[in-house]
Amino acid sequence: MAADESYPEELRYHREHDWARVEGDTATVGITWYAQDALGELVHFEPPEEGASVAADQSYGEVESVKAVSDLISPLSGEVVEVNQVVVDEPEKVNDDPYGDGWLIKIRLSEPSEAEGLLDVAAYKALLEEQ
Amino acid sequence: MKLIFEKSQKGRRAGTLPSYDLPPAEVPEELRRAEQPRLPELAEPEIVRHFTALADRTFGVDTGFYPLGSCTMKHNPRVNERVVALPGFRDLHPLQEEDGAQGALELMWRLQEILAEVCGLHAVSLQPAAGSQGELTGLMLMRAYFADRGEAEQRKVVITADTAHGTNPASVTMAGFQLQKVETDARGNLDLDDLRAKVNEETAGLMLTNPSTLGLFDEHIEEVAEIFHEAGALLYYDGANLNAVCGISRPGDMGFDIVHINLHKTFSQPHGGGGPGGGPVAVRDILEPFLPAPTVTRDGAEFRLDYNRPKSIGKVRGYTGPFGVFVRSYAFIRAYGPELRRMSEVAVLNANYMLSRLKGTYDLPFERLCMHEFVLSARNLKRDHGVNALDVAKRLMDYGFHPPTIYFPLIVPEALMIEPTETEPKETLDAFCDAMEKIAEEAASDPEILKEAPHRRPVRRLDEVKAAKRAIVKYGFDQHPDLRGERAEGEAVEAQKGA
Repeated sequence: MAADESYPEELRYHREHDWARVEGDTATVGITWYAQDALGELVHFEPPEEGASVAADQSYGEVESVKAVSDLISPLSGEVVEVNQVVVDEPEKVNDDPYGDGWLIKIRLSEPSEAEGLLDVAAYKALLEEQ
Repeated sequence: MKLIFEKSQKGRRAGTLPSYDLPPAEVPEELRRAEQPRLPELAEPEIVRHFTALADRTFGVDTGFYPLGSCTMKHNPRVNERVVALPGFRDLHPLQEEDGAQGALELMWRLQEILAEVCGLHAVSLQPAAGSQGELTGLMLMRAYFADRGEAEQRKVVITADTAHGTNPASVTMAGFQLQKVETDARGNLDLDDLRAKVNEETAGLMLTNPSTLGLFDEHIEEVAEIFHEAGALLYYDGANLNAVCGISRPGDMGFDIVHINLHKTFSQPHGGGGPGGGPVAVRDILEPFLPAPTVTRDGAEFRLDYNRPKSIGKVRGYTGPFGVFVRSYAFIRAYGPELRRMSEVAVLNANYMLSRLKGTYDLPFERLCMHEFVLSARNLKRDHGVNALDVAKRLMDYGFHPPTIYFPLIVPEALMIEPTETEPKETLDAFCDAMEKIAEEAASDPEILKEAPHRRPVRRLDEVKAAKRAIVKYGFDQHPDLRGERAEGEAVEAQKGA
């Protein structure tokens, strides 16, 4: 079942429609409700390797739907400490629960201060209004 | 419809051969089949009906209007098929000595010259067999050029537009470059500020389609070229949209250094079924030494294949390229002669006519005149009636049209990308626009009819997610032992397809 539209208050957002949940020096990362809705049901998640380094604003992997293959843009820089294997096996989890079971990777942050440069929920919603 | 294997009846034959009365061939035991090959057994009329029924279910540019944006599905003049079937072309062996293939080599040389002129560049390789291979070849030329200048390590990054065809980033990666994307500004041009911030001494080049996949000509193309050339980088022109500009503006004059041309699109060729295509590459003189070998050269009245190219990136295709494609495209271009610009003018006129008819009904993301194609958005239908671009596309099939390209370029939500080409009459353009308007009315009055479309085609709405995840592309004999051979005559078997 596809999730209803929502943008949780506690998350930080990237303008390429990615979210980050920052907890201490790690962040959980995924794509927003808007992104999964625009893509449609996901059929493939190409994750990075655990231990790989990712840079803010750079691609760390891909998701594929029947419409398109899209780069995943990392909101923050650091090292990939965990990949969500559930989504590797069942990519549609992202559509079902984009902020919960549908998270994609966890990052150990190398530049925690970057999080301050991300959008809060109000700014992200304003961005969506322009789309 | 049944598969041909399901129609098979043991012992049926389409023809009879005289009985075999020669000694058996001496084939070593280990090379012999253990089992008979699994071939369908049918009488000839059933074979003919089977394939005619399949043909009836296909849709091509010979069936109806096919405005698949970016694919340039134009009519293929039948005279080209006559020309390519001339025995001197058709029966020529690819290893024929040069002296015995002068006519073919002359045609290739002339095609090279024409393409160089159309592109405003100096030299051409006809070898690449498709646009994607042309892209890879062009980027390999870029690499070879920088390696020759000792800048191979330094020039790591190739920039593409966020509207680029998916093949561009793929080619960049395959050629060993890093990819960087530049954004589109509010008028649909490359964002110059974003570009200036990204171009530096690490930049190898730009890959750009102009007009872009939005069907818009970049209004600052000369400035864009200057930014790259000042940084010592090169410009690559993806010729996907060359049908908009032939004889009007030339990529070389805009500042591009490398161009690939899709012969099968711009210069007509039956395509869409997987080939054959042609993706020649034209280059500025500084890149000429690196072109694939051989190229066709003229020496007085004689034409030769030039393999003596020490700096060449090598061969990118067997023999000398897709020769039949060359013949058809050469015939197509020569039929226009100096009037080739009429082709592009009419393509642009047709697209603008349709744009002006449809822009009140569907959202137009960039309020400009278009080139040979244009991109509308069905986001107004989605917002007001919950109907999306896919539903519109499927409903168009009910009205007898091939759908446009949808959900591309990615920067336009609910995109519908429409390319009529120059070969359609006004009545067809009007009929399509009428259908698009009707569909917008249906979205308001009866949205369910769109969501369940198509209604009048051989198959209904396909489960695209399941098709992508669990594609079954071969017949599952092992799952259907009843089809392995011994089946009772006349027994009706409606087997499940595959597993």
